[in-house]
Amino acid sequence: MLELKGIYKYYNPGTVNEMCLFQDFNLQVEDGEFVAVVGSNGSGKTSMLNVICGSIDLDSGSIWINKNDITHVKEYKRLNKIGRVYQNPTMGTCPSMTIMENMALAENKGRPYNLGLCVHKKQKEKYQNLLRPLNLGLEDKLDVKVETLSGGQRQAMALLMSTLTPIEFLILDEHTAALDPKTAEINMQLTDKIVKDKKLTSIMVTHNLRYAIEYGNRIIMMHQGEIILDKKGKEKEDLKINEVLDIFNKISIECGN
Amino acid sequence: MVLMQSVLEQGMIYAIMALGVYITYKILDFPDLTVDGSFPMGAAITAVLISKDFNALLTLPICFAAGALVGVLTGLIHVKLKVRDLLSGIIMMTALYTVNLRVAGRANLPIYNKSTIFDNDFINQIFPDAVTSYKTIIIILVITLISKYILDWYLRTKSGMLLQAVGDNEHIVTSLSVDKGLVKIVGLAIANGLVSLSGCIYAQQQRYFDVSMGTGTVVIGLASVIIGTSLFKKITLLRVTSSVIIGSVLYKGCVALAISFGFESSDLKMITAVLFLGILVLGMERKRRVKLDA
Repeated sequence: MLELKGIYKYYNPGTVNEMCLFQDFNLQVEDGEFVAVVGSNGSGKTSMLNVICGSIDLDSGSIWINKNDITHVKEYKRLNKIGRVYQNPTMGTCPSMTIMENMALAENKGRPYNLGLCVHKKQKEKYQNLLRPLNLGLEDKLDVKVETLSGGQRQAMALLMSTLTPIEFLILDEHTAALDPKTAEINMQLTDKIVKDKKLTSIMVTHNLRYAIEYGNRIIMMHQGEIILDKKGKEKEDLKINEVLDIFNKISIECGN
Repeated sequence: MVLMQSVLEQGMIYAIMALGVYITYKILDFPDLTVDGSFPMGAAITAVLISKDFNALLTLPICFAAGALVGVLTGLIHVKLKVRDLLSGIIMMTALYTVNLRVAGRANLPIYNKSTIFDNDFINQIFPDAVTSYKTIIIILVITLISKYILDWYLRTKSGMLLQAVGDNEHIVTSLSVDKGLVKIVGLAIANGLVSLSGCIYAQQQRYFDVSMGTGTVVIGLASVIIGTSLFKKITLLRVTSSVIIGSVLYKGCVALAISFGFESSDLKMITAVLFLGILVLGMERKRRVKLDA
């Protein structure tokens, strides 16, 4: 279970540009939940993910994973149990390395990076079997450098790599936003399959309201650092895209847009 | 022929330094100026040890370790104190100037008539008289190749792969639950270890230490790396480390050629600068053309 308790976060404190993002922000994510997070730009969605992963510091408040306080645990240590896929497809893979090398690096996560050989030839078949279900033909390109792949292929790899080792949470930061509609759809289905197969607790930020309605078992809408809509289970299933859109429009009008 | 031999000898000694620069500049994307201090540091330590009749072969690992320590310090300044990469190197380079003077005790320390890795009883015995004039070059070749193969092996290990990843995409290292600062420090340690090792061999070949011998080392290293990597980009059979070694020899060749055209040794740094500028601009020109083609 993941808990955010009484989170306060100010940007540029003490200057004229001071901006309060979170004021007593609270969130509880139960094991097995697949939370879709929607909201306008600047509503704090990505900041929330950064808070969970430890990419940004808090002014006050605490973060708990399974009753352990991780508020002061460094980002790289937290990511041992968290997989994260970014919006930018180039952030989840090493461009100048081959697919095989990328897979081998990802597979070793959680274990020491020592002087043992990284890429073993006999692992080839195993990686091929992992890549085949993506249906992108990557299994035949193991020795190709990742920089030659398309954004969609890279994002699929990033997703696969971040879930290759046992993790507890999957953090998806608008991971389909930079892809064309068809590739986005493929990646979204793939995400859903991985989350269900591995029974991962996931938080997905998205601008695609349809994905937010269709996938996951809980939906959250954020606005100016607050949660203004939170539906789960049956309530969520009954939610229609137009209802969400209505709320979305209402908050946008309030802002004067 | 003598010129050729001297180019090969010096080119391959500097190639070990260039391998270090390759790690920082190409792999880590860290312009490390510590090199200008760690190269003469290796020479200073070697000159002092050899003048005290210390075992010449043991100076090699000692200099590597000392260089690695210096690299760790540069890394700590950059990672822990959050000083920018270029400035961290400049700080260490400046500090090392004093360290080198203190180690050597004076600005210039010759080590004539002492046994070195190129000139000791054992070496003189195993090399028959016919190849005596080539023994220096053979010994340098062996050391350079060993350094290259160890580096090649290291870059294929998990630790080495992580080193390449941190220069490629820092985020992925954090995602893999590894402290990226630590990886950078390891890289800087290996790089400066190689540079100091190169200084150690240089001092034994030239038989002296001079406090100003490090000036411009980083430029020579960068030039070698850029020549090597851009000339042999298309030849995939050649490992990058081999390209860097060839690049270093070619660079020394260019400098020797310029001197044979009548330049004086006082013009050397100007030649270095102009050559380096030319290589950089040509390298960019190539890149631009490739982009247009694509």
